Amino acid sequence: MGWLTGEETGVLLLSMQVALASIATLAVPGVLTGWLLARCNFHGKSLLDALVHLPLVLPPVVTGYLLLLLLGRKGLIGAPLEAWFGLHIAFTWIGAAIAASVMAFPLMVRAVRLAIEMTDRETEDAARTLGANPLRVLLTVTLPLAAPGILAGLVLAFARSLGEFGATITLAGNIPGESRTLPVAIYSYSQMPDGDASVQRLVLISVAVSVLALLGSEWLARRLARRVAA
Amino acid sequence: MAINLDVETIRGDFRLRIATSLADPATGLSGPSGAGKTTLLHLIAGLVKPTRGRIAIDGEVLDDTTARIHVPIHRRRIGLVFQHGRLLPHLTVEGNLRYGEQLLKPAERRISFTTVVDLLEIAPLLARRPAGLSGGERQRVAVGRALLASPRVLLLDEPFASLDQRLKHAVLPQLKRVLTDLGIPFLYVSHDVEELRALTGDVRSLDNGTL
Repeated sequence: MGWLTGEETGVLLLSMQVALASIATLAVPGVLTGWLLARCNFHGKSLLDALVHLPLVLPPVVTGYLLLLLLGRKGLIGAPLEAWFGLHIAFTWIGAAIAASVMAFPLMVRAVRLAIEMTDRETEDAARTLGANPLRVLLTVTLPLAAPGILAGLVLAFARSLGEFGATITLAGNIPGESRTLPVAIYSYSQMPDGDASVQRLVLISVAVSVLALLGSEWLARRLARRVAA
Repeated sequence: MAINLDVETIRGDFRLRIATSLADPATGLSGPSGAGKTTLLHLIAGLVKPTRGRIAIDGEVLDDTTARIHVPIHRRRIGLVFQHGRLLPHLTVEGNLRYGEQLLKPAERRISFTTVVDLLEIAPLLARRPAGLSGGERQRVAVGRALLASPRVLLLDEPFASLDQRLKHAVLPQLKRVLTDLGIPFLYVSHDVEELRALTGDVRSLDNGTL
């Protein structure tokens, strides 16, 4: 990457790593939660719905702080993780990925839920009369039909993960090479007297990636509409 | 075959009350639209839960509200051909035909793929997707798909309303012959009483939610 400094390239690669780990973490829970909300009725459904959307309305710093309480070295989950596996989450790139996936989770769930609600229940019923049990209907009818919408959700979640700032800096800090992701780096460079050029290059990359992600998810959403209309 | 029905289902203002036994392996069901023909088929297939009552086929209880029995759709082995096909849009015609077949153990398959394809004249369609088919073509695929799932009863909900007369006259007698040969009893819904008389041995009429 000729026009980026080594440090900036490192920031970019780390951000990609964090964002990919983030969507890998949220993919399966996101699909299951979206399906639950779209297709099932159970006690506590509105509570689950509210809980899923919490990161969307809470200040990201608050989400980050709550995650720190949970995953920090003395946290409810963090302490046993360190004791049993020697795993550190707070102030590592894993923490950055978890912060990003929690923040992107509602976007993913909304996309999946919408995609599944758009697919025809009657088509699922038809598969059932042919002998398909609920799991098979999910895997061979619902998910394939909703696939473009699910992919669109993943693309959006990827972009959201790449841009995550507040929760990330609170849980994972701002450690170069470990948790200094794109937005955190832009903030840091903007505080330095000679950081303008770096800021501009990273901003350009952020804008490009976000626009590409939006276009990509729009394109996938159109494919979804065509697929379920067929 | 014996389908024993003693059920009631209420949806909003509509009330369907059926207490009868259908024993003829070729039974026809007629009645004005809105009479509850489709609802009755959906009750038997398990898509609609009865509000009250009992449904049994050949002695096996599928629904019994007092005993809280409701056998799920996929375990009933009841074929249902919907009014509008409801093919799986993301699969080819062949994928649709084989969908139910591949869920059966080989020993449970009572009808061969080629027999169904020949009977319904759908060989040229196999590689195509449902979106590119005409209404009549879709219905023939839907019938084939239900047959290949080797159901113990086949329910047909005006499957050929959109089929042209030539094809209807070609397909219907053959379909009846295949079902008879295989010993698959069927319940055929149509508003065309002549068609029902030609095809079935017992024509019932459903009106205003009662048989």
